[in-house]
Amino acid sequence: MTGYLFRSATRGSIVLFCVSVLVFAMSSLAGDPIKLLVPAETSPEQLEQLRNAYGLNDPAGVRLGRFVSGLVQGDLGYSFRYQQPALSIVVERLGATLELALAAIIVTLLLALPAGVVSAVKRGSFIDTVVMAGSVFGHSLPSFFLGLLLIYLFSVKLHLLPTSGRGTLAHIVMPSLTLGLFYAGRAARLLRSSMLEVLHLEYMRTARAKGLAETIVIGRHALRNASLPVITILGLELGGLLGGAVVTETIFAWPGIGKLAVEAVIARDFPIVQAVVLLTATTFVVINVMVDILCGLLDPRIRLTRT
Amino acid sequence: MNESSATTARRARACPRASRWDGHGTLASALTVVRTLRPKGVFAVTTLGIVILSAFVGNALWQVDPSFQQLNARLLPPLGVGYDGAYHILGTDHLGRDLLARTLVGARVSLLVALLAVGVAAIVGVGVGLVSGVFGGRVDHVFMTCVDVQLALPFTLLAICIAAITGPSLVNVILVLTATGWVAFARVVRSQVLSLRQMDFIAAAYGLGCGPGRLLLRYLLPNCASTIIVIASFAAARMIVAEATISFLGVGVPSWIPSWGSMISDGRTYLPVAWWVAIIPGSAITLSVIAINLLGDWLRDRLDPRLASPSDLVGILRGKGQGRADAERA
Repeated sequence: MTGYLFRSATRGSIVLFCVSVLVFAMSSLAGDPIKLLVPAETSPEQLEQLRNAYGLNDPAGVRLGRFVSGLVQGDLGYSFRYQQPALSIVVERLGATLELALAAIIVTLLLALPAGVVSAVKRGSFIDTVVMAGSVFGHSLPSFFLGLLLIYLFSVKLHLLPTSGRGTLAHIVMPSLTLGLFYAGRAARLLRSSMLEVLHLEYMRTARAKGLAETIVIGRHALRNASLPVITILGLELGGLLGGAVVTETIFAWPGIGKLAVEAVIARDFPIVQAVVLLTATTFVVINVMVDILCGLLDPRIRLTRT
Repeated sequence: MNESSATTARRARACPRASRWDGHGTLASALTVVRTLRPKGVFAVTTLGIVILSAFVGNALWQVDPSFQQLNARLLPPLGVGYDGAYHILGTDHLGRDLLARTLVGARVSLLVALLAVGVAAIVGVGVGLVSGVFGGRVDHVFMTCVDVQLALPFTLLAICIAAITGPSLVNVILVLTATGWVAFARVVRSQVLSLRQMDFIAAAYGLGCGPGRLLLRYLLPNCASTIIVIASFAAARMIVAEATISFLGVGVPSWIPSWGSMISDGRTYLPVAWWVAIIPGSAITLSVIAINLLGDWLRDRLDPRLASPSDLVGILRGKGQGRADAERA
């Protein structure tokens, strides 16, 4: 088990190192940050002085070393636009993103759980057809278009919900629906086929033969076993939500990491973009390693076969 | 028995000749395919047909310049008539440009991007997957680390970042989508190669002195073909949405080329007064994506039912490459 833990963690750190090198390369390609900082009439000599002062004339290897050692110490650079450390700005916005992610997960579960279970149990029925059609529709609808449709319906026509911003419960309804509908479409489908695989197994017959109520048979025996693959896949996808839902946050002006990143890209404030990308990648890798470890703990076959 | 194999069996009973092309001529074979389409296939093929047709001949049938601006005919509703007596079946946008003409031409961008991006991503991904699966060891390790790195990076953010650095152009959009799209192909093909390697016919070919190149091209690649086609169809749907998303955020296709994403972005501001400007291109995207997804579903049911199984998907997604092999053994 120790070896398995070690392998998972090593793999995660290698991935993170590669990500930071990539991010570094991207920001080097993005152009000269000094020109963004100074007024247009600065003389070439002054520019050169500034570049030397910021260490931009050092060889790429030296700059990469400085960048990575900064990362390890939690220093992600300095935002040009806000004149503050990039990390602290990102962390400030983290709350809004977490709130939205949580709401989206709740919406996903509320929609997908009943839909997936019912359509598997009543397979081939009218409900099944409706749920499956709905799920294709849900994950085919581009999120920016769904967002606009919701705004048109609930804000422009019905005057029920605010179009953008954050604050009250009413503000979070549309962003979380936009995200939730997309994930619910996938989750319902996965849950349905996962349930169908389980429903024919012998322990289901045993459970029924014991005389258990149908709700317990489905809820406790089938759903619990069928939900494992669904949780794994959804966990990985929803993990991405923690890095901010770029499009949804932009449409609804939700003050989270995603919107911050889009604004930063447009303003060429690359330290912020770097910080967001690195934070997202780290979250993803950490979740991945945790799932690996959890799977290894739950199922000894995985940690034995895995090389 | 899982759902997919049940479906396949049912279909095989319903039309015994469905799965093979026999000597009854092309017409008979074509009819067989049509019979197995079922409603979702029919819907998918019809809608896609319309999209492809409108991309190719739409402009010839509806001869209106999609970039022609007419400020006294701004925001005309669908079926509106301009001051010059010109009909605008789907209305006009904020610059008085005809929405039908723009939507028809917008189909071109979406199809072009989907085809090229999926094509290049498939070539790269399949290549990586095959090599990784066949050679294993250190090569596999390096490639799978690349896959992990790619998956860890946030896709949309990366795309707008690259697009912002390189400037808006169609080629850049396709490159960005390719760079993020190859992973799906690489993972699935690799896991399929791993399970194929345990098959007797591969061992036989190897035993007869088959070199790695021949093994790859003659034995492994053809056996992965159906999976690749299925993944490509789902990838095409994703690419269309991704292109529209990047263009919607204003860093994708240059603004002088009509694209569905930028049309929605234009219409967003006018939503309260002129819903059609955003809703019409949005519906075009949604219908196309639904059609391609349904086509993918249908192809999967027909060509590769096992790809639908969630436990198998977990194996592939988690990068263990064992999901398929486990399913094979079971």
